[in-house]
Amino acid sequence: MHTALLLEMAAEAFPDRIAVGSSSGGISLAELHARARGGEAWLNAQGGETVVFIGLNGPALPVAVFAAGLIGKPFAPLNYRLSDEDLRRLLARTAPSVAIVDDDMVARVAGTVGVKIVSRSAFETACLDPANRAAELPLVDPDIAVLLFTSGTTGEPKAAVLRHRHLASYVISTVEFMDADEDEAALVSVPSYHIAGISAALTGVYGGRRIVYLPAFSPEAWVDAAASERITHAMVVPTMLGRVLDVLAARGETLPHLRALSYGGGRMPPAVIERAMQVLPHVDFVNAYGLTETSSTVAVLGPDDHRAAMTSDDPDVRRRLGSVGRPLPSLELEIRGPDGACVPTGIAGEVCVRGEQIAGEYLHKKVIDDDGWFATNDSGWLDAAGYLFVEGRLDDVIVRGGENISPGEIEDVLRAHPQVADVAVLGLPDDQWGERVAAVIVAHDPAPADAVLAEWVKTKLRSTKTPEVWDFRAELPYNETGKLLRRVLKQDLMARSAPAG
Amino acid sequence: MNLKPGSRWMSTVCTAEVVVVRPAKSEVTLECGGHPVAALGGERPAGLALAADRAEGVHAGKRYFDEESGLEVLGSKAGAGSLSVDGRPLARKEAKALPASD
Repeated sequence: MHTALLLEMAAEAFPDRIAVGSSSGGISLAELHARARGGEAWLNAQGGETVVFIGLNGPALPVAVFAAGLIGKPFAPLNYRLSDEDLRRLLARTAPSVAIVDDDMVARVAGTVGVKIVSRSAFETACLDPANRAAELPLVDPDIAVLLFTSGTTGEPKAAVLRHRHLASYVISTVEFMDADEDEAALVSVPSYHIAGISAALTGVYGGRRIVYLPAFSPEAWVDAAASERITHAMVVPTMLGRVLDVLAARGETLPHLRALSYGGGRMPPAVIERAMQVLPHVDFVNAYGLTETSSTVAVLGPDDHRAAMTSDDPDVRRRLGSVGRPLPSLELEIRGPDGACVPTGIAGEVCVRGEQIAGEYLHKKVIDDDGWFATNDSGWLDAAGYLFVEGRLDDVIVRGGENISPGEIEDVLRAHPQVADVAVLGLPDDQWGERVAAVIVAHDPAPADAVLAEWVKTKLRSTKTPEVWDFRAELPYNETGKLLRRVLKQDLMARSAPAG
Repeated sequence: MNLKPGSRWMSTVCTAEVVVVRPAKSEVTLECGGHPVAALGGERPAGLALAADRAEGVHAGKRYFDEESGLEVLGSKAGAGSLSVDGRPLARKEAKALPASD
């Protein structure tokens, strides 16, 4: 099924409802549909086989997503925060293509071979042109909806392929059509090249919930927009939430209109979510776990799960605040060991998923098996009630003397120390044990001694999980979507410990 | 009737339109209001009337399925007729309420 049908249905059912922007002066669903039709005709005349988007969030984003879908060409949003050289290299990979580029970024990519560059303002003008909007193009049977270059915490970005049927399946199986109240508004602050940014555009339109875009994230701008636009729903990545809470505290802002806050895209430190629940007691928190390759969310820890975990005396229930909840009912999820067989409850292995929304495919490379299963490369385990605990990328799990050690578990313990501001735990090669545990600490002043932190971990976990290498620095390297670049730290530490000469 | 996923169909007796979400395992005929549906954009046969026992309505955004054949469709436009497959009424799939996650 075509994702453009989602917009067509919404525009037909509630033409006057605001789709994007402020409740006064925003763009209605009918207008969004008309612009997408205008964009369709204009983009069709520009040629190219892919529609690239390089720019900040804004109404042009959903218009371009749906317009590209209507002409049946893949939509490929690129990361404008890359260096000019990397951005041009990525853009060249999309040729032959047409690229809609923010006016002030055009100079960065001009002259890329095989790519027709059009400015965002030219695209926006074309979408308003009555002749473009009236053009009747033949219905196409589209295939690839979106090409997303995965954020790449390891090596060269891969182009994940999401077909119309995957995204449409995700939307109709998780969102009730036009179920949002008229006063609901979702604040989208993840960038256009993040899967959550694409899925938010689709689910917002189909659910009838107004989308308010933050052009780019800062905690101050987020709180400003949430308050002034009376935002009811929002999604953040974990690194954003802590900074938002700091701004709320400094301003004494309580965001009374906010009803639901979802988070995902990385491990949420328990201390941060507990603080968020205390600061915003009226808000429903949702932890959503998913990957680009799975068309976004595959498991959800809902508001009731959060409250049950916060108030429970049962350690098994309490611990679920650190889980990603249970798999969506519309798909299957298994934990498999290195031999490919399912492992028992409570044992960690690779998280594997199967279902209609699971794409599991890169350009020129299908990574789904013959039975439809996609191996996520995430390490995780299920508890007795079916809650999924994700420990991080399989490659990040530390294997010390045959024991699998989750960096996240040690990071959570260290982050709970009052003198620790941020922390990363990783494995370094070790002749005796295979790997040894290293901790990189961003400390509050005064910095605690290694021995103090080692004792802290030892008493809460056990000695094999206690870091043997300690490193203190001013900040940790994150990529632009808030993912910790463990690989960078690992290379740093290995280079330092290597013998000279 | 080639009910492939993504294909769109219209009722011949009311305003309803549907899109196929999941195909049938065997050759079946999809009806609305008691009469076979037609491909969207194609000819609409004249003179047909809505059957009184097939008039419960199609709702936009609701999914309907036939257990026996596996066919599942999504209402893309509302109408007065109700859906059936080879004479068997389709059941409405109840929504799974999920908290907003993006």
